[in-house]
Amino acid sequence: MLRLEGLRAGYGPVTVLQDVSLEVNAGEVVTIVGGNGAGKTTTLRAICGLIKPQGGRITVDGRDTSRLAPPEIVDLGITMIPEGRQLFPFMTVRENLMLGGFKPAARARIPERLEEVLTLFPRVRERMTQLAGSLSGGEQQMVAIARGMMANPRLLMFDEPSLGLAPLIVKQVFQIIDTVVASGTTVLIVEQNIVHTLQIATRGYVLENGRVAMSGPGPELLRDPHVKRAYLGV
Amino acid sequence: MDILIQLIANGVLLGGVFALISIGLTLIFGIVRVVNFAHGELLMVGLYATWLLSAKLGIHPYLAAVPLAIAFFFLGALMQRAIIQPLMNADPHIQIFATVGIGTALANGALMIFSADLRSVDVPWARQATDLFGLASVSRGNLVAFAVSGIATTGLILFLRRTHLGRAIRAVAQNRYAAPLMGIDVNRIYAITFGIGAGCVGLAAAVLAPLYPAFPTVGSFFVLTAFVVVVLGGMGSLEGAVIGALIIGLVESLAGYYVAPDLKEVVYFLIFLGILIVRPAGLFGVRGAE
Repeated sequence: MLRLEGLRAGYGPVTVLQDVSLEVNAGEVVTIVGGNGAGKTTTLRAICGLIKPQGGRITVDGRDTSRLAPPEIVDLGITMIPEGRQLFPFMTVRENLMLGGFKPAARARIPERLEEVLTLFPRVRERMTQLAGSLSGGEQQMVAIARGMMANPRLLMFDEPSLGLAPLIVKQVFQIIDTVVASGTTVLIVEQNIVHTLQIATRGYVLENGRVAMSGPGPELLRDPHVKRAYLGV
Repeated sequence: MDILIQLIANGVLLGGVFALISIGLTLIFGIVRVVNFAHGELLMVGLYATWLLSAKLGIHPYLAAVPLAIAFFFLGALMQRAIIQPLMNADPHIQIFATVGIGTALANGALMIFSADLRSVDVPWARQATDLFGLASVSRGNLVAFAVSGIATTGLILFLRRTHLGRAIRAVAQNRYAAPLMGIDVNRIYAITFGIGAGCVGLAAAVLAPLYPAFPTVGSFFVLTAFVVVVLGGMGSLEGAVIGALIIGLVESLAGYYVAPDLKEVVYFLIFLGILIVRPAGLFGVRGAE
């Protein structure tokens, strides 16, 4: 579905991604793990069209999308749930969810989609009339995921979904991601919390200094001596 | 007692006029985060346009209101696309130079084309007084301006609250980073918002033309008050702008009679300062709201 070939990207004169090649196939749960500054978020931003690649190719179903603007990427069925939730704080949860379904293809079926999404996230239903900014961090993360689901994406990308959340809440967030996966959505997760993610991932990529250092099935990577030493401190 | 009711009626109607001009200004500031110093000059252009349509083509100003609002929508959107958009990531003071420059060019352009003479649209019906429940007497033109202001403001607030496009506009103001991830074209929203702000001015010009003459610097006459209204209400808050406009209108009307006509501005600036000391963000100001 999604394929990156020799992607080079960064900000202004700075190149963060030197050479990143990876692919995500329909139905997979793929994760990109790595330390701070390895280029995980930059990869997602380039896929979303938030930054333009300096080199290499990004293709979706064989079509080059490197030059497309973010709304066009969303129209193709690729939605990102940004790091730090990034809700619209002075709007109600309902309004946030409706904005999730803003793209023309989703707009027509907002009421039906809202029902489907709220069935997956019963906790969000209780908060519908509250301002998004007044929710707790964990609740905000659930709303952010529900908002992403509103676009009915083929590929849902999570940027550091566990960042800044208490361990108990992190567990809940991963349960929710399991629910999303079970609903048939293809998922790409970027995480520093590698134990949780590699356990649920069909495939994982380890990013180091803007390059793919290793890749393989998630649980296998978790047993790798280099990964254990570098990321788990054992 | 009679005079008090009359003064309150005048003040509320004047506030309605200020509100119509101020909502466009506050909307542009709240969403695009650019202070449009050419706002008053747009009003001036609108007053001249109404005068030309009326004096040369015999079109009644009230008939010109909706077409003028639509034309100004496109004018505002074009102004944003051509001049403001390239400066969206520039320093705020560069943006100020640009909008002040547009204003100066428009005012001097009008001086060249129309000279400094006052151009009045003569609508005798609008100048006639009408009785308000036997309590006060106000001009019909003022009542029309107030009603149009009320309808436009309410319509705009409902548009922002209830429609997909309105929600997208507020989303851009509240979180510029997340909005494009929802599929919102942020630059298009900026152009539309500028267009709506200018459209309000076009509408205001048509209903104000029977009451105020057009002259090259008429913009600065209104825009200073509009800035006070916008800051008083809380920059970016439409409801705040309406309340702020009514307060300024009332203060002007009451102070002009009870204090002295020449001191009315002193009085409202004192009240303005007082409110800002207590609430620096304005009456309805919340950082990032709207």
